[in-house]
Amino acid sequence: MSEGRNRRRLLLALPLALVAALLAAPAARAGLLFPESGGSPNADSIHTLYVMVFILALFIFVGVEGTLLWALFKFKAKKGATAAQIHGNTKLEIGWTLGAFVILLFITVFTFIQLPSIKNPKPSLIDENGRELTAQVDGMQVAATNQSTPKGPTMTIEVNGQQYVWRYLYPGQDQLLTYTDMVVPVGMTVLLDITADDVVHSWWIPKLGGKMDAVPGYTNKLWFRIPPDAIPEGQKQVVYTGQCAELCGRNHANMYGRVIGMRMADYKKWYADKVQQLKTAETDVAEQQKKLTEQESQGGDE
Amino acid sequence: MGRPQIIASAVDNPDRTRGWTSWITTTDHKKIGIMYLATVLVFFILGGVEALLIRTQLAVPDNTLLTPERYNQILTMHGTTMVFLVVVPVWAGFANYLLPLMLGARDVAFPRLNAWSYWMYLFGGIALYASMLYSPPEAGWFSYVPLSLKQYSGTNGQEAWIYMVHLTGLSSIIGAINFIATIHNMRAPGMGWGRMPLFVWTILIYAYLVIVALTSLAATVTMLLLDRNFGTGFFDPAQGGSALLWQHLFWFFGHPEVYILVLPAFGVFSEILPVFARKPIFGYKAIAAATVGIAFLGMLVWAHHMFATPMSTTVLAFFMLMSFVIAVPTGVKIFNWIATLWRGTVEWTTALLYCVGGIATFTMGGITGIFLAVFPIDWQLTDTYFVVAHFHYTAFGASAFAMIAALYFWWPKMTGRMLSEKLGKVGFALMFIGFHTTFLIQHSAGLSGMPRRIYEYSETSWTWYNFVSTIGAFMIALSVAVTVVGVVWSLKRGAIAGPDPWKANTLEWFTPSPPPENNFDVVPRVRSVEPMKDIRREIEQRTNAEQRYRSGQPMLH
Ligand code: HEM
Ligand SMILES: [Cu+2]
Ligand SMILES: [Cu+2]
Repeated sequence: MSEGRNRRRLLLALPLALVAALLAAPAARAGLLFPESGGSPNADSIHTLYVMVFILALFIFVGVEGTLLWALFKFKAKKGATAAQIHGNTKLEIGWTLGAFVILLFITVFTFIQLPSIKNPKPSLIDENGRELTAQVDGMQVAATNQSTPKGPTMTIEVNGQQYVWRYLYPGQDQLLTYTDMVVPVGMTVLLDITADDVVHSWWIPKLGGKMDAVPGYTNKLWFRIPPDAIPEGQKQVVYTGQCAELCGRNHANMYGRVIGMRMADYKKWYADKVQQLKTAETDVAEQQKKLTEQESQGGDE
Repeated sequence: MGRPQIIASAVDNPDRTRGWTSWITTTDHKKIGIMYLATVLVFFILGGVEALLIRTQLAVPDNTLLTPERYNQILTMHGTTMVFLVVVPVWAGFANYLLPLMLGARDVAFPRLNAWSYWMYLFGGIALYASMLYSPPEAGWFSYVPLSLKQYSGTNGQEAWIYMVHLTGLSSIIGAINFIATIHNMRAPGMGWGRMPLFVWTILIYAYLVIVALTSLAATVTMLLLDRNFGTGFFDPAQGGSALLWQHLFWFFGHPEVYILVLPAFGVFSEILPVFARKPIFGYKAIAAATVGIAFLGMLVWAHHMFATPMSTTVLAFFMLMSFVIAVPTGVKIFNWIATLWRGTVEWTTALLYCVGGIATFTMGGITGIFLAVFPIDWQLTDTYFVVAHFHYTAFGASAFAMIAALYFWWPKMTGRMLSEKLGKVGFALMFIGFHTTFLIQHSAGLSGMPRRIYEYSETSWTWYNFVSTIGAFMIALSVAVTVVGVVWSLKRGAIAGPDPWKANTLEWFTPSPPPENNFDVVPRVRSVEPMKDIRREIEQRTNAEQRYRSGQPMLH
């Protein structure tokens, strides 16, 4: 019997050692064993949930694969050995069925504990003017959209997927549109309304959390909040990259998206510049058009 | 029992049993089974070449071997081929060959319908591959709308895809009706439900799932055909249609479909393991019940393929829970297989190794499936290479491994000759190592942000993952080549098998190898799940008794 106990101890020790090794260097393992995170609280919560399932999975993996291989090698046919003629064992069967249920129940409970922190946007850390907010209250559930709105300031950007570019509509009267690069203030909770104009696309910036499909005719919800300290010392911005995740045609592989986080003051400056640029561009275009029509009407009869 | 006695009538016409015309006019389930399997091999090789093209393109960043258009076409052809033209029909092929033999019947219930079902499959495959001559489909194997609508996929490749689904779907449905009728009505005397071989159980459930899933898909693709050519607008948002409707309808077929691919593979494991462990299957009833449970639950999990679409949390939670629940009967099967090996005397034949390798691989796919079922985690992982890895661990790990295990195990019955065990083991080693080299590392590619279905990438941190994966793919190809060589070699020089080379448990081994056209002259009475074991024991006892009688020993045990 001590042989059996040793074996069991070995089976337990192996995953434990692995878990220890993994937790010792979590950052380095991102991408290899764990999903990307670090750009937003929901990405971090998904990461936590993943690690927890990973640890459980490791035990299941080592346990099941271990016994399978053990059975294959230990009971390899030898001269003189006879096979035990067993047809089943009801107690054992009920035992492992219940065991499987319990493990899954555990994952379910843990998922529902983590879920609110992934799904429901957290309140912003700053106000519209970039001042830090201290009192943080979690939002209320709004039934209609099935995503809660946090108290305090937030910023809603409409994301629109088009073959093969992302278009963003910023809040405010200027109706500012940008393509591919989305610029946001760090610390601010950004709510995304995601849709598409032509085919299905999928919006995904791995470090900012999960992906959401952009389906024409529907609006999908997502949010993120870049931590203020994500901008490296002495620099003006932090950049997160991603690309479309749903096959949307021939250039699907080249449909990139970037989110650029800036401090509020820099963001405001960027926004004002952008609006100004667009206005001058618009007047330029209008002038050119005017010239063109004039030319045309002058030479129209030729 | 009050079952109707259906006995297929054997046709006594020697002209019809020889020459190539005998193949195209045959209604013999064994010939049809072999035609299925030969056709599957051709499509498996085509799908494999497509896989190698995909992997070669992705081996290094910014590769220009394939244009984006070609890449999407090859990708679509690969997925479609493997699902519709390889794994579904391969089980129809084995079931055709084996069902009547395992049940002690002389043919299937409707032999002519059976022939029709094969020809529909062949023409479905030809319909798809004919598009190679003009322009293959390029919207992926699940043809999401609006991408697959006329505005975005203008070529007729999409129509080829639809016709293929119609023809092979009809083929599978007819086949399924045939299997169901055969299993319900034509079992040997004494073979109650509790004594039916587990492979037959899985084929029965496979057949019911085919009827539910493929009829639904046939309607769905008809709607797409109408949208594309007659302006119906079921799926076109611009005309008030819904892009999500397609996804719900498609996956209502799609998830049962993965069990259609995988349940018969479970049946193969459940047949082969006890033979080479020299032990009865552990928990026969639990395995049969788990099969039924998986099939039922399999119809209630489809939206786990759509976790990232706009859906309410209630829907997400329901489909997560159902996906968890289905893991339980699946786990039960794995435990039962391990318990079958436990305390047995396991003979390491090629067929057994492929079974154990397949179970080990499938287990890994089941575990990554738990990650994907947790919908917040799925938001990170869906549509990345993590998912590509996951479904290859399940579809390839169970179905393809089981398919080769079945080939090694039943080849002697079909041809009367053995396959080389030496080549078999080399092939297995290459396959096992090659498979894990190809797909294990794809989990990491996905975790570090590589979406699936991209024809190129510039992100150099993905290069290493992709390069290793490509090397693995060529190892798999080599393994398939070794198996094909073994098959050809065996046809000419394989050792003569005799009726029962493995000392197996089921009735097909009661017939000569290959079995005569009418299968059985006498159908033996079935007294347990392992009728051949009983027969062998009886024969042994009788010959012993005879010898003792001859040598004048007293008749005492
Ligand atoms: C030599 C072995 C194989 C290799 C190297 C291979 C490789 C690949 C690759 C690289 C993809 C593309 C993934 C993407 O870009 O999204 C893919 C897709 C796929 N494969 Fe395989 N595969 C192999 C065998 C199989 C088998 C045996 C099956 C079925 C049982 C299968 C089913 C699929 C399916 C359904 C897809 C999805 C296609 C789509 O996204 O439209 N593959 N495979
Ligand atoms: Cu895309
Ligand atoms: Cu599914």
